[in-house]
Amino acid sequence: MISVTHYLVVSAILFVLGVAGIFINRKNLIVILMAIELILLAVNLNLVAFSAALHDLVGQIFAMFVLTVAAGEAAIGLAILVIYFRGRGTISVDDVNRMKG
Amino acid sequence: MGYSAQLLMTLPEVVLGLGAILLMLVAAWGGQGSTRAVSLAAVAVLIGAGISLMGPASAGGSAFGGLYRADMFAAFAKAVIFAAAAVSILIAPKFFATTSGDDLRPEYPVLILLSAAGMGMMVSAGDLMSLYVGLELQSLSAYVLASFMRRDARSAEAGLKYFVLGALASGILLYGISLVYGFSGTTLFTDIAQAYAGPKSTGLLFGLVFVFAGLAFKISAVPFHMWTPDVYEGAPTPVTAFFASAPKMAAMAMAVRVATEAMGPAVHDWRQIVVFAALASIALGAFGAIGQKNIKRLLAYSSINNVGFALIGLAAGTQAGVASVLFYMAVYVVMTLGCFLVVLQMRDAEGNAIESLDSMAGMSRTRPGLALAMMIFMFALAGIPPLLGFFAKLEVFNAATAAGLFPLAVLGIIGSVPGAFYYLSIIKRMYFDDPAPKYEGRPGLVEGGLLLAASVAISPLGMLVLPCLSAWTALAAKSLF
Repeated sequence: MISVTHYLVVSAILFVLGVAGIFINRKNLIVILMAIELILLAVNLNLVAFSAALHDLVGQIFAMFVLTVAAGEAAIGLAILVIYFRGRGTISVDDVNRMKG
Repeated sequence: MGYSAQLLMTLPEVVLGLGAILLMLVAAWGGQGSTRAVSLAAVAVLIGAGISLMGPASAGGSAFGGLYRADMFAAFAKAVIFAAAAVSILIAPKFFATTSGDDLRPEYPVLILLSAAGMGMMVSAGDLMSLYVGLELQSLSAYVLASFMRRDARSAEAGLKYFVLGALASGILLYGISLVYGFSGTTLFTDIAQAYAGPKSTGLLFGLVFVFAGLAFKISAVPFHMWTPDVYEGAPTPVTAFFASAPKMAAMAMAVRVATEAMGPAVHDWRQIVVFAALASIALGAFGAIGQKNIKRLLAYSSINNVGFALIGLAAGTQAGVASVLFYMAVYVVMTLGCFLVVLQMRDAEGNAIESLDSMAGMSRTRPGLALAMMIFMFALAGIPPLLGFFAKLEVFNAATAAGLFPLAVLGIIGSVPGAFYYLSIIKRMYFDDPAPKYEGRPGLVEGGLLLAASVAISPLGMLVLPCLSAWTALAAKSLF
């Protein structure tokens, strides 16, 4: 029997992977966008699992909102990435250092 | 309650939302030529939204099953937010006209309106769901605004950094929200408070920590401050002025509401987090600013420092504490907007913006009026009486001592000393150093008027509004308890 704890463990692993993906990744900004999606999906898994366990619809409605916002967020992230690439000709994380201090 | 009565409560957001959509259509058809008209119309929309606050929007009701609160607390925060947003629209045209590169496009005021609608939602949220949606509407507009100068490499980089770290913070906040929902069984603030009043499970505590981490990022409190200097430096100056004022007020008000309304019974659990964030922000904001060469970076550290002081009021967790946070943030918004109005005047003969601190040397001789205004803001930020900044700090420390947090208040007062050092060093640079090349160009009527208004408000004359402001913040804080 799969309990809500199992879902929580999976989602915690996904969340940590997403956060680690943002900080460990040194190569590519697109990977950061993927890591952000991973974090939001971990949250959605949590919400839906809780919703089912609590017999309460709010969690699923919340998940819908998160999905919608995630789509908007990805669109804006990619748009900013495009202008950044036009100006600099690279999307390597190590090169994002015009300002420091 | 009828649907129309509930819509009336949300009138400020309705006005802003409809206004933004309409103006977006105008911008799409009118193109570049409609920039001026759209800007003025956007300011009118903000004024309209501000006027609508006097109706049911501040009467203390709750709409849409508790998702939305129309109380005095939200109304006070919104009044400050709308005013700051209007100022950010008004100061933009001159900056974009003189700076070579990108022109001001009509999307700028529209994005500010959308962001203001999101901020209104944030401060009025009575449920985690409306809080999240409002926060994202504000943030998504802000990411675009940060990278508004598309041909400027620094602006694009600022937008990118803001986006990545902002999205991470939203993720952390959301993870906390999901835990709070799972372990309390609800997303309504009032019901969450009941869950926190009982025995607290580990899940509830983890949720609390994650939620506060996400909130700390949005108000740029240490240890989640690292995006602030880069974003402030890279973003176009009017946008930086906007970031430093309206979203700060909104995020702080949102944090106060979550802390008192949803997690009020857990005050002993979150107080440790807030105390740490407050002291760390004060220290890092003060010491980090000392070595800076860029005025916008310096003001970023100054904002981290000020958020620390406001958090001292929140740490008190009392009604007086909440009132002091609102008071502090309102005064801070005026001070910081004033500083950025001065920064906007720093241009060379070609109209390019100068941002180095060295260029301010001897400003008292080349531009005496500007130097006087900057001196007022710097003294006020340092908390020197009889300027308004002093009374803001006084309220915060009063609230902390009244709540029995004596060590916190003492450490806060000690922490304001290194902060005063760099504010005073700017005054020394302006008044006692040999003059650097003069800034060219005169402020326009709008900028000059706003600068004068901000200086007068912060100057000792501002004490005239003190009783009125205190009464209003006290009334606003009362609606949360």
